[in-house]
Amino acid sequence: MYVAVKGGEAAIANAHRLLADRRRGDRSVPALRLDQIVEQLALGVDRVMSEGSLYDRELAALAVVQARGDMIEAIFLVRAYRTTLPRFGYTNPVDTGAMQVERRISATYKDLPGGQVLGPTFDYTHRLLDPELAAGAEVETPAQRPVEPEAMPRVSAILAHEGLIEADGEMPLDHVPGDITREPLQFPMARDIRLQALSRGDEGFLLALGYSTQRGYARNHPFVGEIRIGEVELELDVPELPFAVPLGSIRITECQMVNQFKGSAKAPPQFTRGYGLVFGQSERKAMAMALCDRALRAGELGEDIVAAAQDEEFVISHSDNVQATGFVEHLKLPHYVDFQAELGLVRRMRAEYEARENEDKAEEKREAAE
Amino acid sequence: MRGQEAREQAGRKALMATLAHAEADEIARLWSESGLPSEAELLRGPETGLVTVRGRIGGGGAPFNVGEATVTRATVRLPSGQVGHSYALGRDKDKARLAAIADALWQDPAQREAVETKLAAPLRAALDAARETRRVETAATKVDFFTMVRGED
Repeated sequence: MYVAVKGGEAAIANAHRLLADRRRGDRSVPALRLDQIVEQLALGVDRVMSEGSLYDRELAALAVVQARGDMIEAIFLVRAYRTTLPRFGYTNPVDTGAMQVERRISATYKDLPGGQVLGPTFDYTHRLLDPELAAGAEVETPAQRPVEPEAMPRVSAILAHEGLIEADGEMPLDHVPGDITREPLQFPMARDIRLQALSRGDEGFLLALGYSTQRGYARNHPFVGEIRIGEVELELDVPELPFAVPLGSIRITECQMVNQFKGSAKAPPQFTRGYGLVFGQSERKAMAMALCDRALRAGELGEDIVAAAQDEEFVISHSDNVQATGFVEHLKLPHYVDFQAELGLVRRMRAEYEARENEDKAEEKREAAE
Repeated sequence: MRGQEAREQAGRKALMATLAHAEADEIARLWSESGLPSEAELLRGPETGLVTVRGRIGGGGAPFNVGEATVTRATVRLPSGQVGHSYALGRDKDKARLAAIADALWQDPAQREAVETKLAAPLRAALDAARETRRVETAATKVDFFTMVRGED
């Protein structure tokens, strides 16, 4: 028998009305505008774009404010919005070597073409809360250094000459890049599909896994070969034009992790690489992604698979925070009937258990008496 | 491809790139000052959709899909017959319509000069200036290493 229970319509409507009120908060405080969020909470907006897997600052800002600052809820909203739009196509691959660089550092080479450019970084700040900011102090304009433009080749291209570092990841020429938004996940998966999943994966989850590799679970001796942040141009091939049409530019973060590798039956001693590429200015995420990418290449490089970060199915199946939150949060929805059924089952098992116990005790008593 | 045709395509693509990068307000403001005609029949859109952004493994290896971006496009036909297209990141439909008209006008030899001087040139100058400012601000954060001599010899 299946009995449907209805009700709660008015309670739900009022709850959402209350949510809208609490989201707005004290009406004497000015409401946030989207451009304020885009400009002043830019890295939060970037996180929503990267894990929501949709590059659109204004939509991400709307999601942040609608979700009351709950990032995973905001990411969920953006993911849902994406599904309402038609797809025009796949862009030509971005050229990160031609990036309009806003930050570029290498932990492996001090003197490299283009140099170490710190850009707008939290590094080397003292992590002290700033009371002047709370008081709304004006901020200085940036310093300028009018020098000639300099090319900034990727560090991997510089290192490649010695042959001690593996090449950029190649695939067979006829390989069509997989797309997890079109086909369900299948294991084992090719590296290109893994990278797509990692790029939209949860920052906290990937950070923890990356950290675990450093602490000895799938140890792989990483160095930051290079991190670069900046804008790259997008181009799309369309049938109506005889050339790739320019779409404008997006900000991305790229991390090249370089890992000492003592060699295996499958590959000689060399530096191997992990790669991270993430929407927006998301350095921690790009680094975590590169660590996970490298750890997940264990099978390909003939390493023993001994840790969570090397387990492709474990990492990729649990990296998506929209899926994760959906499954965890569904537990709070009414399970009245399921629970009733289980309650009946546990009652019966308990009664049987107690009956057995009583029987055993009676038996013991009989034996003692004899 | 003949040289003339290649130059033509490069010029058209450069205009499309400029319009894609430019702010909608700025395009609209310059348009109203330019006296360029804005009459056109919409053949498609303006419509918003997604493109999937691709990167390359390791920066230069095999392509992979990074994520999506919003793009708005339009196609128009001028009363004189030229068909123009526009594509740009974002969701601005007015910008898409004007950019498609600009592309169509640019193909009309009688209008190309006006599109270039009254619209493309000022947009390009503003974009280049903004880019240059960002570049020199970034350059000011470049590390100059120096060596400290320690000890007696």
